Amino acid sequence: MSLRTALGRVKGLGSAKAGLAHWQSQRLSALCLIPLSLWFVYALMGIVNQPFADVVTWIRTPYVTVLLIALVLALLRHLQLGLQVVLEDYVHSPILQIASQVLLRGGAGIGALIAIFSILKIALA
Amino acid sequence: MSRSKPLSPHLQIYRPQLTSVLSITHRATGVFLSAGTALLVYWLASIASGPECYAAAQRILETTLAQIVLVGWTWAFFYHLCNGLRHLAWDAGYGFELKTAYRSGYIVIASSLFLTGLIWGCILAQTGGAA
Repeated sequence: MSLRTALGRVKGLGSAKAGLAHWQSQRLSALCLIPLSLWFVYALMGIVNQPFADVVTWIRTPYVTVLLIALVLALLRHLQLGLQVVLEDYVHSPILQIASQVLLRGGAGIGALIAIFSILKIALA
Repeated sequence: MSRSKPLSPHLQIYRPQLTSVLSITHRATGVFLSAGTALLVYWLASIASGPECYAAAQRILETTLAQIVLVGWTWAFFYHLCNGLRHLAWDAGYGFELKTAYRSGYIVIASSLFLTGLIWGCILAQTGGAA
């Protein structure tokens, strides 16, 4: 037996049934980022002050190439999911809401593409 | 709707607590780190564009202002990481006791500051203080 009213059911009130995927994806990307980001920050300390050729050699190392792409994917996904909720909370105008969400998705997607293309260009050049 | 109804107190009325301050800081560091991600994309693109572009990026990153921002990003990163672990524990159903929530909050503050100091201590030791 449902405790929902018939009117509420007809109007489709209640859960949008799309929240769980967002919640899970945010946690999954967070779990991926724990080892990936710690590795990156640690590796960055050794690489930032090295000459250009050494930085390129480091990125071309096969496991580094793969881990960097994994980092970019998890990071941009986590960023997009997090900023999406921030915009949902603080942007009140419906038009600005849609515009900012489209910009966010586009920006995160383009950012990921630029980063991954750069990594592959360095690795495969 | 002209009849005045009792309202819940506005946010400004509450005295800030450790738990609520850490919560909004998690969000603020998340937004701040998003800007840092743009820098990461720029850094990768500069390497892909060749030595001149990379040298230009290095010159920007070596300015005092950039170094200060980078220290801020390091702290924001470790704060978001440590507090994120705290959130994941909550998601799994652990650490909701008031005493535990406060203790984990203080641990997050202390460890984020310690790790930031550790990283920049290592960088300064490496470069002999001329980072």
